[in-house]
Amino acid sequence: MSGKATLVLRRGAPGEAPREERWEVPFEPGQSVLDGLRWIRAQRDATLAIRYSCTNANTCKECMVRIDGRTAYACTARLREGEMRIEPLPNKALLRDLVTEIAPPDERLGS
Amino acid sequence: MTQHEHLQTDVLVIGSGGAGMYAAIEAARKGRSVILVDRSLVGRGGATVMAQMTVAVALEEGGLDHPEHHLADTLAAGRGLCDAAIARLLCEEGPARIREMDAWGVGWARENGAYKRAFAPGHDRPRCVYVDFLNTGPAVSKTLRAQLNRIPEIRRVGDLRVTALALEGGECVGASALHVASGRTASISAAATVLATGGLTRLYRRNSASANMTGDGYALALEAGAELVDMEFVQFFPIGHLAPRLVGMDPIMWDPFRYKLGGRLLNGRGEEFIHRYGARDEGRYVVTRDVATYAIVKEVAAGRGSPHGGAWLSFEHCSEAELRAAGGPVIDRLAANGIDLTRQPVEVAPIAHYHMGGVRVDAAMATRVPGLYAAGEAVGGANGANRLSGNAITEALVFGRVAGASAAARAARRRARAGRGAFRAHAAALREGRARPDFNPAAMLEALQSLMQEDVGPFRSRAGLERALDRLRALAAELPAARPAAGRPYDCALVDWLDLGAMARVGECVAAAALARCESRGAHQREDFPGMDPQWAFNQTLELEDGALRVRGAPVPA
Repeated sequence: MSGKATLVLRRGAPGEAPREERWEVPFEPGQSVLDGLRWIRAQRDATLAIRYSCTNANTCKECMVRIDGRTAYACTARLREGEMRIEPLPNKALLRDLVTEIAPPDERLGS
Repeated sequence: MTQHEHLQTDVLVIGSGGAGMYAAIEAARKGRSVILVDRSLVGRGGATVMAQMTVAVALEEGGLDHPEHHLADTLAAGRGLCDAAIARLLCEEGPARIREMDAWGVGWARENGAYKRAFAPGHDRPRCVYVDFLNTGPAVSKTLRAQLNRIPEIRRVGDLRVTALALEGGECVGASALHVASGRTASISAAATVLATGGLTRLYRRNSASANMTGDGYALALEAGAELVDMEFVQFFPIGHLAPRLVGMDPIMWDPFRYKLGGRLLNGRGEEFIHRYGARDEGRYVVTRDVATYAIVKEVAAGRGSPHGGAWLSFEHCSEAELRAAGGPVIDRLAANGIDLTRQPVEVAPIAHYHMGGVRVDAAMATRVPGLYAAGEAVGGANGANRLSGNAITEALVFGRVAGASAAARAARRRARAGRGAFRAHAAALREGRARPDFNPAAMLEALQSLMQEDVGPFRSRAGLERALDRLRALAAELPAARPAAGRPYDCALVDWLDLGAMARVGECVAAAALARCESRGAHQREDFPGMDPQWAFNQTLELEDGALRVRGAPVPA
C-alpha cells in the first residue's frame, strides 16, 4: 500500500543562489505534502524552512506553496508516486526555503 | 536593518487566539495602548480557530436556563477541583460575551429568531450555541479580528516568539522575543502583560490543536515566578479521527456529527461497549470525555480495538438526507477523502485536546507576579480535573475580557518604564550558540511527543511517569550544547529548539504532578491507583525554587 514520492524542493534565502534538493519520502495513501515536508525535517534535515500552524485542518492557511507550478495548500495536497516540485510562492517576498512573507503589511515588525 | 527592535506599550498581550484578541480589545476600550503579538499570524494560529462547534452559555431566554445551572455542571465535571470563583466568572459573564459576539456579527445558528442550542455531554440541558457547519472557531476568530482591525490603539505584530518575560524588582515589565521572520531579537516594555498562549497539546503525538500549542506560556510564567496549578489534568478528546487518513479537516470534527446524530461507538468486534465502564452511550451522545477516553483505551488494551488501535464510530444507520442536514458541505469534503458515512464507519481514538491546568490566577486573572496576567486556556483552575464540553471558547472570551480590563487598570496607574537593560541578557542569550550537526531538534520534538503519549497520556503509572521524567530531564540537559544562534530569517531549527526547551519543562510539570497524585480523578487516571480517593480532593501547585520544580498540595479555593 505504501509508496515513495520524490519531493524536489527549491531552497535558499534572499541573496543566495536558489538550490534544488531532492528527497525520497515514504507515504501511505492519503498523506499530505505537508506530512512529507515534516518527515524530511524530522528524519533528514531540520534546517528546511516550512510554515504551518494547524497541521491538518486547513484553517490557518499558512502552508501555501507552489506545487508543480500551481499554488496549493501543502496540508491538503496529497503525496503521490513520482516527482513533485515544491517551491515558495513567486509573488511574495522570500524569507527562507519554502517560506514567504504572507503576513499583512501592518502586522509585521518593520525594519 | 538593526539587530534588535525595542517597542513600548501600556499593555502587552501574548497570543492572539480568542482570549488574546478579547484582552487586547478590552484593554484598548479602557483607553490603553496595546501591542498584541503572536508567534505566527495574528488570529490564525491558536486553538480558537480550530473549534468545531459548541460554546456553552446559560442564556436566560424564557427562563429556560440560568448561570447557576451551568456552574453546577461545570463544578460536577471538574470532579471537585474547580476554583469556584473562576468557574463562576466563566458561567456568569458568558452570556454577555456571547451576546457581544452576536452584535459583532459572529452568526450563531438560530431557529425562529432564537439561538439554536445543542445538547452536549455533561450538561443538564441544551446549552451550547454554535456556528454551522463546523465553523464556530473560524467565525469567532474572524469576528474578533475584524474588531481588532478597527482599533488604532492596538498594534498587531506577528512572527514574534516570546522567549522570556522581563522582571524588575519582582514585577513583570514586558517580554523579550525572537522575530522569527527576520531572525532579529526584540523586546517590548509594558506596564502590564497578559499571557494568552493557550495550552500544551502539542506535547502529545496525537493531538487536535495547532502546532503553536507548545505550552510555552506555562514555561514563561514558571520562569517569571508565577505558580501553575492542576498540571496533571490533560483532557483527551475521546473520538479524534484516526483512520482512514483525512486531510483538510481537524481530527475533532466528529463531535458536531455526534451532537446532531448521536452515532454509535463500537469496539473492534462491532459491539457497543461504553456501558461496561459505568456509562451509557446507546447511540446518544451523553458520555463525558474522561469516561469515553477510559473506555476506548481499555477496549484497545483488551485486544478489542479497531484495526488502527481505536474504536469504530458509525453513522451507517443515518440516511443520506440526515447526514447532509447535519454536516452540510462537510459531507462533500468527506467524499473528497473517499468517505461515505452511509456505507462505512470511521476509526476514532483519544487525542490530546485541552489542558485543564495552567497559570494560577485570581478572579481578576492576576498571577502572583505583579504586572503579569493570564487568560483563556493558559489559565488553570476553572475546569478542575475535567472540562465540560463547550467551556473553552466561553472562558477564552470571558477571561480575555477580564484580563484585558485588569491589565488596563494597572497600566492606568503606572507607565511602562523598563529600559533596554531589563531585556539585554535575553537578547544576548538568543544570539549565542552554535547548532550541533548531529542534533536534529525536529526529531527530538517528535521523540518528546512519543514519550509523553506513551508514559504521560490518559493512563499513567509510577514506572511510566518516572521513566518520562528521566527522559525529559535528560533531553533538557542536552539542549544547552545544541543551541542555534539567532540571526537568520525563518530559522525553523531555532524555533524547534526554543519549543523543545519549553516542552521539556512543561512535560516535566505534567509528569511530576501526575506522579504525585496517587489516585485517579477526571482526566488523570493511574493504573496503580484506580478510583477517586476523597483524601485527594485538593489541587496541586507547581513553582520553581532555585531552578528546581516543586509540587505542593493546596486546598481547593472555596
